Amino acid sequence: MAAYVIRRVLANVLVFLLISVGIFVLVRLAPGDPVRMMVDPEQMRGGGAAFIEAKRHELGLDRPIFVQYGHWLSGALHGDLGYSYVGHRPVGAVLGERVGPTLQLMGAALAVALVVSVALGVAAAVRRNTAVDYGATVLGLAAVSVPPFFLGIVGIYVFSLQLGVLPSAGMTTPGGGGLVDQLRHLVLPGLILAFVTAGPFTRYVRGGLVDELGAEYVRTAEAKGASPARVVLRHALRNSLIPLITVVMYQIPQMLAGAVVIEQVFAWPGMGQLAVSSIGQHDYPVIVGFALYVAVLVLVCNLVADVLYAAVDPRVSLR
Amino acid sequence: MTTITTSPAIKKAPSASPRARALRRFRRNRLAVAGAAVLGAVVLVTLLAPLIAGHPPNTVDLYAIRQGPSGAHWFGTDSSGRDVFARTLYAGRVSLLVGLTAALAAITVGTLLGAVSGLFGGWADHVIMRAADIVMSFPTVVVILVLAGIVGPSMTVLIAAIGLTQWPVAGRVVRGVTLSLRDREYIHAAEAAGANAWWLIRKHIVPAALPPVTVTGTLAVAQAIMLETTASFLGLGVRPPQASWGNMLNEAQNLTLIQTMPWLWIPPGVAIAVTVLAVNFVGDGLRDAVTPAGQGGGR
Repeated sequence: MAAYVIRRVLANVLVFLLISVGIFVLVRLAPGDPVRMMVDPEQMRGGGAAFIEAKRHELGLDRPIFVQYGHWLSGALHGDLGYSYVGHRPVGAVLGERVGPTLQLMGAALAVALVVSVALGVAAAVRRNTAVDYGATVLGLAAVSVPPFFLGIVGIYVFSLQLGVLPSAGMTTPGGGGLVDQLRHLVLPGLILAFVTAGPFTRYVRGGLVDELGAEYVRTAEAKGASPARVVLRHALRNSLIPLITVVMYQIPQMLAGAVVIEQVFAWPGMGQLAVSSIGQHDYPVIVGFALYVAVLVLVCNLVADVLYAAVDPRVSLR
Repeated sequence: MTTITTSPAIKKAPSASPRARALRRFRRNRLAVAGAAVLGAVVLVTLLAPLIAGHPPNTVDLYAIRQGPSGAHWFGTDSSGRDVFARTLYAGRVSLLVGLTAALAAITVGTLLGAVSGLFGGWADHVIMRAADIVMSFPTVVVILVLAGIVGPSMTVLIAAIGLTQWPVAGRVVRGVTLSLRDREYIHAAEAAGANAWWLIRKHIVPAALPPVTVTGTLAVAQAIMLETTASFLGLGVRPPQASWGNMLNEAQNLTLIQTMPWLWIPPGVAIAVTVLAVNFVGDGLRDAVTPAGQGGGR
């Protein structure tokens, strides 16, 4: 097991290095002077051509590209991602304050999605080929077919503008505040992200449970006289949820993509909204910081998924 | 397809070519047929846009701004007096074209890499399949976002990004087909006769992989349309004034417009949902048609 974990970690480090090379090359292709990307704007002010030339030497931009890459990477690993063009603050700090809102949105949506998809998936698997089952299938297809930004606009139109019961933007009412106010702001974006996420989950829960219900131990449990509810909930469901753990881990990065869109619709002050607005403002250091952050998130989720899968199910061969 | 001569006695038996059998199974699936009909209608209407629209999509008419739906402007007009019905139709051309092209790019890359992976095995297989795992785990919208952010948004970047991120599904399918073919006698015969890898891929693997690749390709079209509209909605895809379903929703994105001019955002939003749903129904129907129960399939 330990050898397996170490191998997976090393493989992921290798992948991260490859991605960082890709991002580094892209950054160099990007328009704009790298000196501007790395120097504190306070110092840049008043500096002439000679100052920039000195900085170029100091930053090693006249050195070979491999040396530059090493320098950039070690800086990035130490949290030095340069300075935002727009906010004139370190990228790490700019990104850092956006992580919380995004995690809050994703966490709430994930919780709702899990509860709904397990309930719906169990109902669909137990009542196979009934209206419940078809309903779950259609809902799952709708979740991947109706664009979340359209759902968001419809939600705003109905609940914020026509009925006036829910806020349409932001995390809190300016000047208002309080827990209830925050929750009210979370309802629309959270539910829409949950809907998008619950689609694939429901499919997995249903599929996994259908497979398990056909297994021999289920028949044994039934033969021993266990009630149908007990057979489903205590025997089959527990086993069918094992693959869901990994599916959830793989799905978290995909949720981030959904969050990017939903944050844009609901002016939610998270990382996705920051990334989109940074692109509009050509704020390359922030875009690069966001890209590295996502890369780490994806690789960590993959790693946790692989390890959890192996840890939970002893039948998995550790290759 | 080669025709098989059958004796008159069994001519009536339902043993047509695999393609005909798949088509019959597809026709029995009501959702899939409905999806195909809707999709056909959408394609037809967008192709005939110049005849149907009645107005050019990008012509500004300052005497007719912000009008509700009427006989002259079926879906009303936007803040520049452009006809929303015409824009919705022309936007459909762009969204469908990007969706098709990007999906085609993805399955082409996937087919080649999958075939190489399956034929050669060893480290090539290992590297390609690991790459597929990693690419699949990255959220495509974020990849498009970063690429468009650094290189600049355009339709080319969009198609390239979708092609580069959506190939693994087709890649895995084709690898599986290739592995199942590798030890068949006719492949050994072709190799003994001097066929190289490229010949095997063209003459044997691609034809065998075509049915399952058609399925993944169809589902990839749905995915690609979704990605195009999402990117364009975020302002990172198709650039205005050229209309796409996504950027039409982007332009409608403020509370006043949402409240007072719903005809701006309902048509493109419904168009995306209906089209993507139709393509997904067709894809599911095709999957059930080419992999009948008991013949495996799945992911």
